[in-house]
Amino acid sequence: MDSNVQEHRLDNGLKIITKEMHHVPLVSQWVWYRVGSRNETSGRTGISHWVEHMQFKGTPAYPINVLDHAISRDGGVWNAMTSLDWTTYFETMPSHKIEIAISLEADRMRNSLFEEHETELERTVVISEREGNENEPLFRLEEAVQKAGFDHHPYRHQVIGELGDLRAISREDLFNYYRCHYTPDNAVIAVAGDFRESELIEKYSRLYEGFADKKGEITIPVPEDRIEMGRRIEIDGPGNTVYLQLSFRSPAANTDDFFALVVLDSLLTGPSSLAMYGGGSVSNKTSRLYQALVEKDLAASISGGVQATIDPYLYEILAILQPTQPLDKVLGILDEEIFRLHEETIPEEEIERAIKQAKALFAYSSESITNQAFWMGYSSMFADHTWFDNYLKRIEKVTPSQLAETAKKYLDQERRVVGIYRPKNNGG
Amino acid sequence: MLLASTGQRITGDDMNPAIENLKNLPGPDTIDRKTISNGSIILTFSNFNNQSINLVGLLENGGVVDPEDKLGLAHFTASMLSRGTEKRSFAEYHDALESRGANLVFSCGSQQTWFRGKALAEDTSLLFELAAESLRFPAFPPDYIERLRNQLLAGLAIRDQDTSEVASLLFDQTLFPGHPFSHPVDGYIETIQPITRDDLITFHQDYYTPEGLILVAAGAVDSTQIGELAEKHFGDWNNPAAIKIAVQPVPSAPSKNIRKHRYVEEKSQSDLFMGSYGPSRPSEDYLPVFLGNNILGQFGLMGRIGESVRSKSGLAYHASSSINGWADAGTWEFVAGLNPENLDKAIELIRDEIRRFINSPVSAEELNDSKSNLIGRLPLSLESNAGIANAILTIERFNLGMDYYQRYPDLMQSITAQKILDSSRKFLHPDKMVIASAGEGKNTG
Repeated sequence: MDSNVQEHRLDNGLKIITKEMHHVPLVSQWVWYRVGSRNETSGRTGISHWVEHMQFKGTPAYPINVLDHAISRDGGVWNAMTSLDWTTYFETMPSHKIEIAISLEADRMRNSLFEEHETELERTVVISEREGNENEPLFRLEEAVQKAGFDHHPYRHQVIGELGDLRAISREDLFNYYRCHYTPDNAVIAVAGDFRESELIEKYSRLYEGFADKKGEITIPVPEDRIEMGRRIEIDGPGNTVYLQLSFRSPAANTDDFFALVVLDSLLTGPSSLAMYGGGSVSNKTSRLYQALVEKDLAASISGGVQATIDPYLYEILAILQPTQPLDKVLGILDEEIFRLHEETIPEEEIERAIKQAKALFAYSSESITNQAFWMGYSSMFADHTWFDNYLKRIEKVTPSQLAETAKKYLDQERRVVGIYRPKNNGG
Repeated sequence: MLLASTGQRITGDDMNPAIENLKNLPGPDTIDRKTISNGSIILTFSNFNNQSINLVGLLENGGVVDPEDKLGLAHFTASMLSRGTEKRSFAEYHDALESRGANLVFSCGSQQTWFRGKALAEDTSLLFELAAESLRFPAFPPDYIERLRNQLLAGLAIRDQDTSEVASLLFDQTLFPGHPFSHPVDGYIETIQPITRDDLITFHQDYYTPEGLILVAAGAVDSTQIGELAEKHFGDWNNPAAIKIAVQPVPSAPSKNIRKHRYVEEKSQSDLFMGSYGPSRPSEDYLPVFLGNNILGQFGLMGRIGESVRSKSGLAYHASSSINGWADAGTWEFVAGLNPENLDKAIELIRDEIRRFINSPVSAEELNDSKSNLIGRLPLSLESNAGIANAILTIERFNLGMDYYQRYPDLMQSITAQKILDSSRKFLHPDKMVIASAGEGKNTG
């Protein structure tokens, strides 16, 4: 465990993780709630994200505008994100100004107003956000593939939610959902930067000790461990670009298989960082699929990605093609390359390269105070903060035989979704 | 009482800690500036708090010199620099980078070509070696020219379906008629097609020169090492035959509103770009307008524009304004993503806010809030090596002075509401703007 990291738990269940770092005069606070689209029920898709929007609509103490002006005035940046398993709010501020962010987050954990008028204004804003997403062919393809990737698990829905649900969700639905999930025992605060840990904990204790609310009855879905049969989804639309997406079941983040899949993804499509606030990237031109497809003029680009999730999710490979490039041949080569992972021992040097790349990305993404706090809270959503501390060690432990087993277990041609977006007037 | 800090204001006394913190930011004592044998400027900022290094460099060439029938040539050339050199094949080049988890990319704007590299500090010399090889000895392998051409064409096909890109391009075409800025740096499908290998080689010979080259390194490195690496890899680079790029003045600002729309099929959302010229980066109007724009379209949840279009009207997820100042001109742009039905309403709301902004000074509260915001967030914007490298490049490029970020609080504090009003009135006219949109609906204009 990182010696600077300290974990505390208040009597009401609130977990606080701190990391003192004094090299820049900044503090980043992230407040995480264990609620995301994973906890949504039929007819209420998108509600986690909409609640996140409503958290910016004011409390009696911090009315709308006072809230955002208070943070911005003090030179802070703040934002919020909703994902599959979690919703998070963060502020990164000059260290002598962090007090206001601490007070504000404590306040909106239980005092947000959810006024009827503001709820209706935000309905159109959220629908506008969805419409912006719908403009993208890739969103449309991903939405279709994700739905086909699960029979019943809520991961089958986009975090933004279905349009019909966004039109139907009421103020009462939103408020009840907020009261059910926004409680100290369902939250984790991760804070990194230039502060004194004992003083900070005292502040949190003072602010939160009166919060006795317990989380309500939260929907916990049954994990879907595998895709029962291969599926092929084809959609069409405007444009002159073909998108081919392969989605396989991916393991939950807190398993050894997950780390093996991170290495496999690095070999196939190049390394990618799990960090949400950048830091740097590494190109993928020596990856197996780039070499087999882009270097052979069969695709314009190739990418892939694993997401760290509580339940098994989807590992995605995406190829972008011009309509003149042969889709079926590309699919065949993707299969061949994946089959090679099942059958051929992966050379040690390729694994070493993946480890070095993971180390570099890890160093880049640990550079900022904001990312340091992000990592601690993020990993607490599907494991605990030691997941982050041990990330590189677990990557380094991956063996060639484990990679072959993981490839066979997850990268199965018979248990995947093939998604294709074709330009309407262009064959593909 | 839980929220004792509600409504707190930064007072004169309260500012002191922030200003004190700024003394630790890059300044004359911590930025090392060297000139190497060929006149190139090398700047180093050492930061041993992490293991990485960021490298950013800038050359004075870009899309402004593209021939009309080969628009995208400068961009194509820059993109080819990492496709193999006279010393390394494409595979060797990328194996060297990727096996170390390093990255080096070249990009091109209208007037500049950039390179940005990132690596673990132990691989600093590799970044210099590859950056110099790419800039000085690119091989332009024929296979990779065709491969890249296809990748660029795929990118352009995606661009043509992106309402934001289409609206942005329409804005540039309308604001800069007859000027190279009216063209997209990445060209058009029909102008990328005819570019030959000879065109790329000639462009490189004519326009790649160390004259004006600025290179900044920030990270776990010392300035002696950076100076030696720069001298070794760039010091003997000269190109006396390079063509000097003449600055072409931008056209007059619009004398009335010019409304244009481009149809992009099957889009749920339309994108809006409106605005006109803004101050150049060296202009004395730049900082007052920068501060004013923060109030108008940035502060809090996208300033007055966000307040009007998003918070009060619920019309858009995103509505904001920005300024973009370069050496000899600039733009002031207002953008939003909207349901097509709300487009006209949003245009009028934005025009109303612009009208209000140039009719009366901003309030004292708004002024103080935005000053505090812009001063207070400086440490954050300079937190990462990439942020520091970009900031140092800006002060060198626009000759702002090595102590610019340390003087920044005073510069900001000296700006009055009247100065913002006076400077903004030079650029903002609600009835003299380009208003460009893309999405559903017939082409107009």
